Amino acid sequence: MSYRKISIWNTVDWWTIALYLILVIGGWFSIYTSTYDFDQPGMFDLSTRTGMQLLWIGSSLLIGFSLLLIEKDWYELFSVWIYALVILLLIATIFLAPEIKGSRSWLVIVPGVLQVQPAEFAKFATALVLARVLSLYKFDITHWKRTLLIFGIIILPMILILLQKETGSALVFLAFFLVLYREGMPGAILFSGFAAILFFVLAIRFGEDVWAGNTPVGIFLVLISILIFMLIILYNYRKGRHHAKYIVIGLLVVGAISGGIYSFFPFNLCWVAGGAVVLVVLYLLYLFLNYRASTYLWAAVFALASVVFLYSVDYVFDEVLEPHQRIRIQVTLGTIDDPSDAGYNVNQSKIAIGSGGLTGKGFLNGTQTKLKYVPEQDTDFIFCTIGEEKGFVGASVVLLLFLILILRLIYLAERQRSTFNRVYGYSVASIIFFHLTVNIGMVIGITPVIGIPLPFFSYGGSSLWAFTILLFIFLRLDGARNDRL
Amino acid sequence: MKNKNFNPESRKAFLVGFICVVVLIYLFQLFRLQVLSPDYKDWADSNAFLKKTQYPSRGVMYDRNGNLLVYNQPTYEVMVVMRETQPFDTLAFCNAVNIDMETFRKRMQDIKNRKLNPGYSSYTPQTFLTQLGNKEYGILQESIYKFPGFYIQNRTVREYNYPNAAHVLGYIAEVDKQNMSDDNYYMRGDCIGKTGIEKSYEEYLRGEKGVEILLRDAHGRIKGKYEEGIHDVAPVSGKDLTLSIDMDLQAYGEELMKNKLGTIIMIEPKTGEILCMVSSPTYDPSSLVGRQFSKTFSELAKDPYMPLINRAMNGTYPPGSTFKTAQALTFLQENIITPNTVYSCYGGFPPGGGRPKCHGHASHIALAPAIGTSCNSYFSWGLKAMLENKKYGSIQNAMDKWRDYMVAQGFGYPLGVDMPGEKRGMIPNSQYYDKWHRDANGRPWWKAMTVISIAIGQGEVTLSPIQICNLSATIANRGFFYTPHVVKEIRDTPLDEKYTKPRYTGIDSKHYNPIVEGMRMAVTGGTCRAANIPDIAVCGKTGTAQNSGRDHSIFMAFAPMEDPKVAVMVFVENGGFGAYYAVPMGRLMIQKYLKGEIPEEDKWIENNMKNSVVLRSVLQKN
Repeated sequence: MSYRKISIWNTVDWWTIALYLILVIGGWFSIYTSTYDFDQPGMFDLSTRTGMQLLWIGSSLLIGFSLLLIEKDWYELFSVWIYALVILLLIATIFLAPEIKGSRSWLVIVPGVLQVQPAEFAKFATALVLARVLSLYKFDITHWKRTLLIFGIIILPMILILLQKETGSALVFLAFFLVLYREGMPGAILFSGFAAILFFVLAIRFGEDVWAGNTPVGIFLVLISILIFMLIILYNYRKGRHHAKYIVIGLLVVGAISGGIYSFFPFNLCWVAGGAVVLVVLYLLYLFLNYRASTYLWAAVFALASVVFLYSVDYVFDEVLEPHQRIRIQVTLGTIDDPSDAGYNVNQSKIAIGSGGLTGKGFLNGTQTKLKYVPEQDTDFIFCTIGEEKGFVGASVVLLLFLILILRLIYLAERQRSTFNRVYGYSVASIIFFHLTVNIGMVIGITPVIGIPLPFFSYGGSSLWAFTILLFIFLRLDGARNDRL
Repeated sequence: MKNKNFNPESRKAFLVGFICVVVLIYLFQLFRLQVLSPDYKDWADSNAFLKKTQYPSRGVMYDRNGNLLVYNQPTYEVMVVMRETQPFDTLAFCNAVNIDMETFRKRMQDIKNRKLNPGYSSYTPQTFLTQLGNKEYGILQESIYKFPGFYIQNRTVREYNYPNAAHVLGYIAEVDKQNMSDDNYYMRGDCIGKTGIEKSYEEYLRGEKGVEILLRDAHGRIKGKYEEGIHDVAPVSGKDLTLSIDMDLQAYGEELMKNKLGTIIMIEPKTGEILCMVSSPTYDPSSLVGRQFSKTFSELAKDPYMPLINRAMNGTYPPGSTFKTAQALTFLQENIITPNTVYSCYGGFPPGGGRPKCHGHASHIALAPAIGTSCNSYFSWGLKAMLENKKYGSIQNAMDKWRDYMVAQGFGYPLGVDMPGEKRGMIPNSQYYDKWHRDANGRPWWKAMTVISIAIGQGEVTLSPIQICNLSATIANRGFFYTPHVVKEIRDTPLDEKYTKPRYTGIDSKHYNPIVEGMRMAVTGGTCRAANIPDIAVCGKTGTAQNSGRDHSIFMAFAPMEDPKVAVMVFVENGGFGAYYAVPMGRLMIQKYLKGEIPEEDKWIENNMKNSVVLRSVLQKN
């Protein structure tokens, strides 16, 4: 085992640093224009957010390049300690933080000047410890004890952040499931996750609708989806493919008969769909007992779990979620249409972006963001400013820059020799992707309003520092990937 | 890799594909919002731009002698921005603006009530009180600092220097729905001329509104001018008008007509300029301004004497004997008679069995004395001769010929006076009689005797007072007139050609001589001797318009006989025979205009006229 040390400046991925700098500077201009006022003193005044952001950018660069100089093994070595420290900080925050805008996530260090949000730093700490655990010798992710450990590592900070009433930041930790999927977690978990989201959306979106003959549309659509998912599972299992064909034929016959009756005597179609689910499950159990192939059992369990999930959706929606979260989801799904009240933010944000047109109104010429029609226009809704002033062209460029950054990170992660580096790299890509999806999705009205910042763009020291640390640790790891030969 | 239950390559591919799909969906949604739906741009504009109207000052009006009649007076409104108010001494505020606490509370509630005040925002100024008096303004201005959130805003209202000429000047009021749909220049709250010159010259007086484009933030607060105001448009002030009205004359006429119903019109024959246009009863124009508008207006509208009607133009009456002059001119031009034609009269029109009746004068009378004595028979003979004349082929043709002469002299259609609501009056044609007079077979059947009363200005014929006055001006000019008008000059704008080109009657000017002579005779020794002023050669003609109640008293005249300076028409409703009221008033008006004052020896007439009341019969009628 020889040891070769190459200067980090030769091996660091300058492409990523360039993308980082472009995004950060673009963000700074966006903050300048979104807080621009007619009596604004200037770009560099520290009493303004533009000036402050310049300070954050400067300090971030300092932090970033310092991180590149730290011995790369230290990250692996101290990962558990960093994680433990952050967890303690999160616990302390719950008790120490004052309430700001309904959440208790800010630790005030110097009142009015410096306050940090520990939740931001929990992301890289969790990523480090996850990478450490997954890179343990002979670590089997599919073993239930290991699975439990990993879930615990992810869920612990989530719960602590939820206790701080920062739902958005807590949800970010779901991004780690993408990493776990890459590292061998059964695809069924990710699949179930997406299925759950689909069922939830269908059940809530069509929860109030009823077809003639008292068919609750939401439940019916979910039952149909369950049938389709079971067929997909079955079809993907090579040995079960011909059984899928039998089921499809059977379902078509049942569907045709009940459709015929329905057109004359409308009745509740859920009985048919539910009955079909039951029959298919029974058939799958029969196959399982005959062939002893676990896929049949899992498909049946999936279907049963889905039905249970379906009937718990209403409960979760009405009892577990907070009223404002419920309303935000309903606004996104279109079951509430109230642009002046509940839907005000999203509506104004769409107006701001939509009014930008193809090429935008020009730098500093955006009226909607500048006149405060859009809420939080320099933090969570900063993408509005880009959409309004730079138009479709500018907004697309920003979106594509993020895409290039994420794909670059995946490319870098894949070229790592150590599992630790790869897992960490995927974590960085996944976290940035999750932020991008939720933040821009919210601004353009695709996802519900969930308050998380747009990486590198949104105003705020904690967020920028945290993303810089997250990214530069990986750049350090990547720069040293060939050190050990 | 230790764990080989899965294919890392396909998992990587799946993740990359998933990320790309999400970004693609987002790009599509952005395209949909920004490029495909154009509505967002309009919503954004209506969000952010506040187009603030800059009101121009309305044109002012002067009389022919340069006296300022109508102008704009600043007035004050108290505005309140609810968001900026702080607890203050309400009682002191109420005292300052002279309202009670109850009014104050109600007003504050009304402002906040979105049903009453749909545009309410706590960030923008709301009108608390309008038309603040000067005294209240003074008090409030000094103490306004004690009432945060309250502001004083300047507006303008019409102000009048004279309590006269209300019908000529007209009034302005807030636009109604009709005004706004007719002309999209007007917005709710704008003022528009509703009557008189204010209405007919609205387009000159109103000027051009300007606009200031302001940026408004999400709370309705103004954040400055849009692009430093390069898109703003400055308002253009309305054009000032100089009227042909002589305000002293107008005021004098109104004084004479006090407690009488009727009208006095004077026209300068050489120009067609209207020197005065009195319509009685009248009202003080300044009573239809600002806060008291609606109260005054409803009182005036309910008044049985109808003071809002401009009797000079908006009423029509039988012209009576004044119409005989127009008949004589027609007959002369058509060679039906000559000035020397003599007709008989034995206290009535012989072919009509003594109808129309006439009054005592020597029988067998020539044209000039016939006008001087206002002989009914003479003109009945004349009309009969014309209608029965074979040269026209039929009575219908003769009738239509006659009608054409009437129209050429300014009757039957609006003259085109520059004031709204002018009535056309009535000049019948052959079709009219064909329709109403038929024989047993349904064929038209009528003859000269059927229609004979139109020769003496009775029957179907009606004229508006301004048409009668214009007839007088036409005779004074010996054959032409200018369309009467009240606006002499529009600042920086030439007057419409309509008011500067003479209109000829088509009757030779030589035919006017016997008429003028007859009208002079009427003054010197005929029906209107009361108008005989020693040093002014007045020519006149009385008229008595038959009425269901007491007859209307009419007098038309011009003076001096040679080179006439003024044509006058006095009309007193229910004033009886022309000489009772109309002639003496005409005398006074002519003296007032030509001499500037009433001579001592005529003061008794003036007193008589001012103090007489001719209203009773109207009350009976009602």
